Formats: sequence, structure tokens, C-alpha cells
Amino acid sequence: MTELPAQTAFADRVAEAMPSGIGKTVRGLSDKAIAWLFIGPTILLLLAINIFPLIWTIYLSFTNYRANRPNAEVKYVGLDWYHRILGDADVWAAMQTTAHFVIWTIIIETVLGFGLAWLIDKKFRGHALWTTVILIPMMLSPAVVGNFWTFLYQPQSGLFNYAISFVTGIDPSSFQMLGSVRLSPWAIVIVDAWMWTPYVMLICLAGLRSIPDYIYEAAEVDRASPWRQFWSITLPMALPFIMLAVLFRGIENFKMFDMVNLLTGGGPGSTTEVVSITLKRQAFESWRTGYSSALAIILFVTVFGLANIYVKALNRVKQR
Amino acid sequence: MSDIHVPPRPSLVTKILRLRRGPWENIATILIGLGVVMLMQPYSATAYAYSFITILAGTILFAIVSHFPE
Repeated sequence: MTELPAQTAFADRVAEAMPSGIGKTVRGLSDKAIAWLFIGPTILLLLAINIFPLIWTIYLSFTNYRANRPNAEVKYVGLDWYHRILGDADVWAAMQTTAHFVIWTIIIETVLGFGLAWLIDKKFRGHALWTTVILIPMMLSPAVVGNFWTFLYQPQSGLFNYAISFVTGIDPSSFQMLGSVRLSPWAIVIVDAWMWTPYVMLICLAGLRSIPDYIYEAAEVDRASPWRQFWSITLPMALPFIMLAVLFRGIENFKMFDMVNLLTGGGPGSTTEVVSITLKRQAFESWRTGYSSALAIILFVTVFGLANIYVKALNRVKQR
Repeated sequence: MSDIHVPPRPSLVTKILRLRRGPWENIATILIGLGVVMLMQPYSATAYAYSFITILAGTILFAIVSHFPE
């Protein structure tokens, strides 16, 4: 009874804002129908740009379709591509390269990010300025970062080689970070750690700031040493936030493409060929669209599974 | 003084058989994690071959059990 006038008024207001012909139709609609009318185009757009390509990729992964031969007959191949990918030594090697990249970036970013957050949380003089300075790499585009680190890694003129030379005394032109089979995987790890450590720091900082002061005050009354306070209060209470950062960086680095493509393009040889680079090579260099679609679905399911765990961890943090 | 009766804590098997979200989500999470490790490990080609099906099973299980009551 009380809702009816409000509903009519809302429908009237919407009707007044529309041309007279449509206005008459809108006056007869309920609030729910009008709401659907507004969100309908957005849902259609989302279906068109998100759901349809996904379904189309799933379909292509069961066929022998090649994008460079659009008029060729498309045959159903069942699970053949999935069997081949899961028995393909090159894809397996790419998975291991990805694992090396993911594991080392997570370790470095977590240790450095937590350390920086712990220092920033001390609120020393000028800590706000330092926070802003530390956050700058995170704000840059991966394309920009990839390009300028390519210059920094130049053996003849790059600053990175000169910095290493200054510290160790090695001749700067005696090693190539991007051209060496041994060093290039580490070159990518360094750039990713440089760019994304501030992000981990931000999440850890949020965790550290959420610890109430009275717990530390109680620990001081009990004469707990700073070391003991760190292991018994700081670390356990910040752990859900650290886990969140680890999961998020794990998911992001598992599908890392842009930075690796700009820095090494998967080379030298296939030393830095992470799985997203393999996917690109199969799809747009070998034109094996069906095969690359199946690989894309495998990656999608993996990332989707990890995202489920991420959401679960996020809910746990929210409950705190 | 009356005795306070504390009910015994249910075992893990009991929790799983009750079809509650918590323990089942943990099983699905372990399955996904195991699948990811199998996918990226450098030791066993057999484990690599069965990694995708493990992740898929874990992901589908997660989607189902997230609708279970708390």
C-alpha cells in the first residue's frame, strides 16, 4: 500500500524524461521492470564482450580451426588438443619457466614488501613522502616499464650494468642481462619485483595498521621483547593480508605477458618463454587456433580456481 | 552445583559428512592447489598430464560447495 505512490512517482519521473510514445509504455511498468530496462544494455554488452568470447574459445578448443584459413572445413577433434597439450614437453617447459618466475617474484616481493611496510608503519619523519616515492613504480604502465628497463639493461650504456660494475668490480660490458640464457629469467624477476613490491607493501601496511595498539601495550606490560612481539603479534595478525598479497601476485604473474614480451619476447631461445608467450606463439605465429584455444582454457580454469581461493582468503580478512 | 555438559567436538569425517561449506571448501582448495603444483612441477610427466583434470575437479567442487550452508 505504501509502496504504490512511490512506485508510480518513479515511473512518472522516468516517463517524463522520455519521448511521449515511450513515456506512456514506461508508466505501466513496475520498478523492477524499469531497473531491468536500465541494466539490460550493460548485461548485453558484458555478455557480448566477456561470455561470448569464452564460449567461442571453448568451442574452438574442440575443433581444428585455423584463423589464417577461415574458409577451410572445420572438423570436430574432441579432446585431442587437451591430450596433446598435457603431453607436450614444450608447454610443460613453459609451465616450469612460469613457475620459476611466479615463485621467485612472490618470495622477493613478499619479503621486501613486508619489510618496507614494517618500516613505513614506524611513522618516522617524512614517512608519507617515502610512501609516495615507493609507490611510483606501481603507477607506471607495464609497457613503459618494459621499455625503460630494456634501456637500463643495455650492456654498453645501461645504468644497471654500471651499478653492478660499481658494486662488484665486474666489467659492465662483460654480461648481458637480457641476452644471457642464465641471467634473462632473473632480469624479468628483478623488473617485476621492482614494479610490484610497492603493491605488496600497501596490502601489508593495511594489515599492520589493523593491529590494535592495546595488544602491543599489553605485551610491553608483560615485558615481551620487540623480537617476541614481532613473532607473536605482528606476523600472525598480518598473515591473512600477506596471504592475500601472495595469492593476488601469484594469479597476476601466472598470466604475465606484457612485460616479458617487451623485455625478452620469450628469448633467448625459449629461456623466458612463460606460458602466455607460448599461447601467443601458437595462436599468432603457428596459427594453431584450436590448440591455442585449448591452452587458453587450461590457463583460464587454473586462474579461475586460484581466484576462488583468493576470494575465500579475502572473505576471511573481511571477517577479521 | 550442576554439571555442565560440553558436547564433544565433531570429528573431521563427521564435519565432511554433514555437507557443510567450511570443510568441503577446504577439500576443493587442496585439490586446486595440488593441481597447480602438478601443472608446474618439473619431476613427473604423469602428474603434469593429470594436473588439468585435478584443477577442473577442484574448481567445479568449489562452485558446488560454495552453495552449501555454513
